[in-house]
This record gives sequence, C-alpha cells and structure tokens, in this order.
Amino acid sequence: MIAVPEMKLTREALADSLVRLGKINKNIVVLDADLAKSTLTNKFAKEYPDRFFDMGIAEQDVIATAAGLALTGKIPFCATYGVFLPGRCWDQIRVSICYANLNVKLIAAHGGVSVGADGATHQALEDIAMLRAIPNIVLLMPADAIEMAKAADAVLKHVGPVCIRMGREKVPVITKPEDKFEIGIANVLLEGSDVTLIGQGSLILYECLLAAEELKKKGISARVVNMHTSKPIDGKCIDKAALETGAIVTAEEHQVIGGMGSAVAEHCAKSIPTPIEFIGVQDRFGESGTPKELFEEFGLSAKFIIRAAEKAISRKRKK
Amino acid sequence: MFQGKNGKPDIKYIKEKAMAIRKDILEMLNAAGSGHPGGSLSAADFFAALYFAELRHDPKNPKWPDRDRVFLSKGHACPVLYAALAESGYFPVPELLTLRKLHSRLQGHPHMLKTPGIEISAGSLGQGLGIANGTAIGLKMDGSDSRVFCVMGDGELQEGSVWEAIMTSSHRKLDNLVAWVDYNNLQIDGKVEDVKGIAPLAEKFKAFNWHVIEIDGHSIEETLKAFKEARETKGKPTMIVAKTEKGRGVCFMENKPEWHGVVPNKEQLEEALKGLCVIEGPSKSQIENADA
Repeated sequence: MIAVPEMKLTREALADSLVRLGKINKNIVVLDADLAKSTLTNKFAKEYPDRFFDMGIAEQDVIATAAGLALTGKIPFCATYGVFLPGRCWDQIRVSICYANLNVKLIAAHGGVSVGADGATHQALEDIAMLRAIPNIVLLMPADAIEMAKAADAVLKHVGPVCIRMGREKVPVITKPEDKFEIGIANVLLEGSDVTLIGQGSLILYECLLAAEELKKKGISARVVNMHTSKPIDGKCIDKAALETGAIVTAEEHQVIGGMGSAVAEHCAKSIPTPIEFIGVQDRFGESGTPKELFEEFGLSAKFIIRAAEKAISRKRKK
Repeated sequence: MFQGKNGKPDIKYIKEKAMAIRKDILEMLNAAGSGHPGGSLSAADFFAALYFAELRHDPKNPKWPDRDRVFLSKGHACPVLYAALAESGYFPVPELLTLRKLHSRLQGHPHMLKTPGIEISAGSLGQGLGIANGTAIGLKMDGSDSRVFCVMGDGELQEGSVWEAIMTSSHRKLDNLVAWVDYNNLQIDGKVEDVKGIAPLAEKFKAFNWHVIEIDGHSIEETLKAFKEARETKGKPTMIVAKTEKGRGVCFMENKPEWHGVVPNKEQLEEALKGLCVIEGPSKSQIENADA
C-alpha cells in the first residue's frame, strides 16, 4: 500500500516562492484582482507593498496593466481564479501579452472540480483549452508543493508568457526534493510496461498511483507520468509511452475537450497512434460538493482510472 | 523634443508635417487596397503636434530608455502612426507603401515586434489605456521622467475594459500619463451617439478624477496648449478630449462613416491629394453644407 502522503497547498508554495524570489529579483511585481487572501499573494504584498498592485475586481485591467509593466522591464505575476483568468481577460492575454510575447506570468488559481462547495462558476475547467491555442504561451500545472517551488524558479528563468495553474485544496506531496523539474519535460513517477497513466496535478496523480497499485494486483503493469506541462507537450515522453506500453490513459481536472489529454492525443495521432482513454470532466459543468464526492461524481478517482486503463489495453491492436 | 526657432514650436512646420502625414496616409491606403482612412485622418494634426513638438524621442534609437511612449490603442488608425514615424525618420517614407503586404513590417494593425517606434501591439480595442497605466506605473517606480501618451477612439470608449483602466489611472495618480480621445463621433455602424452614446464625455472623465481639457483637435495651437497644461498638471492623469472630424482634410471623406474602413481608389486618391486642405474651425465640408 502506498504510504499516505503529507498534504500541502500548492498556492501557498507558490506564494512563498514569490516572496523568496522577490528578494533576489527586484523586478518581480505581483498583481491581483481582490483575491489576494485566497491566492495568498497577500504574503508578497506584506513583504513588498511597493511591488504589489491590487487592481480591484477588474481582470482585464490586471492583464493590460501587467503588459505595460512588462514593457518597462518588470516581471509581473498576475493572480486570480482560473475561471476569471483566462475567462474574463482572454483577449488581453492573446493580444497584449502573447502576440507581443511579453514576459508576464499568469497564475490561474482554483483549477478543477476539487474547488468544491463554490460550485460550477468557480471551478476552472476550460482554462487550458482556452490558453493552449494561443502561440508563445507556456502552460504548467506543478503536481505538488515541492514541485511548485521548483516551477516558480523555472518560470522566472523562462523569458515569455507562462500560465501556472493550481488547485484550491491541499494536495498529496508525491514528488521528492531531489526530482528534477524542467518546463516541457514530464516526470515518470512509476515505471510500467502495459499501460501509461498520464496525470496532471497530484490530486489526480495520486489516484493514478492508487490505480497502478490495484492494476498490479491484476497483473497489469502501469506506468505513471506527471505531465506538469500542457504546452509545450512532452512528445518524447508520449512516444516512449506509446512504444513501450501501447496504451495510454490521460487524467486531469479539466474538460476532456481541449485539455492536457487533448494535447497528448494530438501528438499521438501524428506520431505513434495509440489507444487513449480520457479521464476528466466529460463536457459538463461542475457542481457543489466536497472534493472527494466530486471526484466520484465526475469519474476522476482510482476506480475510474482502473476501468479506463483496462479499456485502453483492450483496444490495443492485436499482434 | 523637436524645437523650432527660439526654442518654441514652429507651428508652420507642424502644419506642413500634418499635411505630409495626410498625404502618406492616403497614398499608403491606396497602395494597400484596404485599411482605415477616416480615423487616421482625424488624428493627423494631433500626431504632427505630438511627434514634431512635444515628444521626447530619438528616431535613430527607438528603444532609448528615456523616451516618451506613444501607445495607439485604436490600432486600426495605424496609418497615421506609421506616417508620423516615417516622417520622423524611424524608417524610410517609401516603406509606407508596403502596408498590409505579406512579410511587411507594417502590419494591418500595429505589431511592436515588427516595426521600429511601435510600442504596443494593438487592434483589439480597449486595451491601450491599461497598458499605458502599467508603463506609467513602471516608469514612476524607476524614477524616470518619461511620459506616456495614449491615443484612443471615441467608439472604443464603449469597451468596458477602458473604464477599468480609467479608474486605475486616477486611482494611482498617474500624472505622467496623457490620454487623447479622437472625438469624431463616428464609428462603423454610424454616429456614436446613435449606436451607444458616450456624451457627456468631459464630465464623465472629470467624475473619474481626471484632469480634462477640451480642444478643437485640428487646431495645432490648442493641441500644443493642451500638452503644456498636461505637463504642468500634477497628481492627476490628463485627458484631452479632442473634437475632430473623421476623414478631416479630404472633402469627400469628412464626417462620412462609410470612410471608416474603405480606401480611396486611384481616381479618388488623385482627387483627395489635389484638394487636400485643413483649415481651422469648421471643416471645408461643413462650410459647404452650411451654404447649401
């Protein structure tokens, strides 16, 4: 049995990282839209009040202002909920940030149904789909608190637009301090040879690990991959999974339309066509409930991943 | 900053430049075969005054850190900006004829990564003032005395994002920011007041804690006076509400919404260039209409 891991907030890990990086790099500025207490950018605000801008409830203005700040050499990090960013400011992100290829970092908080009781309006389920089609942007969802801290360094080092997606709840710590983090390079959490479970965010990756354990009892060897970068998608890792395991399950807290799973499928289709099953929200809106209940309601937990793995394996071409 | 004799702006020279800009606009739009003459011509006098009297800039060094910034929020009016840049020496005037052509540096709507002197990529309305705010804040953080000029359309003010930005400029007391509204009262579908009215405009900006100056947007003297007043205004951003005419200077285009996004053909270009004239006060077409 997998040991029950420690639970930590990724948004706190990011907020602490911004405070840490803000000390070294004076060009870092943070913008929020009246949600600093929730995104936890209030930590940065407390430490560096002159470099924090609460723009009020005005997401379009957050992005436009960030573009202007970036033009003067500042490195803006813009935080609010994923339903609003990119939801309410997609055009600003497209034209003012990405077309101009400005060095602006977006923080899309409260991604996924695990947001819970607030319900559909506050559960970001389409943000990856909305952003993935825009040129120049990098899309990340670091798995856990440890990985988030490393990702923050990588995001600062990367010159150009990046969006960091994160959940609301505490999530299992499943990566190790010594693991490498590189934008666009997926990490294998568990080796396997019959099927590859490609997950994003440790809440669902943990379900993948539980599923792999159950599958092992059935004599099925499942590889588990942490696909923290939706764009650019790690084609090499996908090719390896396709060649070596011949079946793929993608798992994410996002619509199955246009998300990380779609990126995996797009790559597979033109590289090594492989049966893929998609775990995620199946073209419907979220609901209120506890994260645990919602993982069952939306078919995101281990038992659904096991079924999907078996189905993907059954669809392998007979040799 | 360009200075005429005795360190004072040379009005005659600016007016000549405004004419040159108008000629450039008509010629490049004719060559391009598409584009937006109306809102470019209405801003020609302002751009001449800005680039040839007010702006601190160096065409040979477009990225000079101490330069003033010009953000064209109504990106579709880029012919007037391209013309002002070319006339200033950012790139050769003949290059204007490559407007809207494949691989040209002069895109149909301005792109900062392509053209020297273009500060922002724009074309989707309602974003320029927010960007101008960000740069004005950044410049203040750096202790720079550079200033930011943002050029907006009046129809553009129907975008809600503009009003988010208007609140930010005054809330943050951005007195290094000057916004200029091309108040020609026309948009694609007709008169602004018929489509979705924005009047009373000056009162709105005043209520949002801006310093507001109303001028005849085709008067170089009034434009220069407004620049001076903006420079001397502390603690508040300045909004110049410039009463203008769409298509100003070309008799058959003046005040005609249909010339928002239609370009002159060869015969119309010849006719326009022959009759090109800008006079103070009411336009030629207005006077003719009054006579009739």
